[in-house]
Amino acid sequence: MASETIQALLQEAFPEAAEVSVVDRTGGGDHFHVTVVSPRFQGLPLLDQHRLVNEALAAPLADGTIHELRITTRGTP
Amino acid sequence: MSTLREQIQDVIENEPVALFMKGTPQLVMCGNSDRALRALLEAGAPVTAVDILPDPRIRQELSALSGWPTIPQVFVKGELIGGADITEELHASGELRRKLDEALGPEREQTIRTVALELAPAAS
Repeated sequence: MASETIQALLQEAFPEAAEVSVVDRTGGGDHFHVTVVSPRFQGLPLLDQHRLVNEALAAPLADGTIHELRITTRGTP
Repeated sequence: MSTLREQIQDVIENEPVALFMKGTPQLVMCGNSDRALRALLEAGAPVTAVDILPDPRIRQELSALSGWPTIPQVFVKGELIGGADITEELHASGELRRKLDEALGPEREQTIRTVALELAPAAS
């Protein structure tokens, strides 16, 4: 359930993304690894790339739905 | 006694490398905190660790200050570097070491210390 919510939030925040994926790392529905590949990240410092992902997931981060989050971002030209 | 926020700010601004983590370097309580700590140590960083677990207010105040929602958080000379993923990626590319060399000099002493914050009793 949470995986789909996170996937939807990311797709909403990054409609231009070439790839958005969410992996439930433990199967427990609260440890996630998200990957976003988007042209928006091109040339952007890593800190700002992760900040955009964190902002997109602010609600599930704040309410504890996401207990642990790993983020992988890549820019596409 | 200074407020919790002032103490956190003091660590961020005055420690060469600050790591806010779950647990301590001796007893790490979270995989991501462990990844950040390892990357820092491998890059030759002196680490000043703050355990955020003793009180939820530490994390609240920290995230309010940094604008970063998750733990761990790494700061070099007051500048937010990022969480575990960024610290690991910067280490893998060699950029973390370059950043540390630039900020602290290549001849830095690699010490690990833990700072405990003083907490006022919770308001009832």
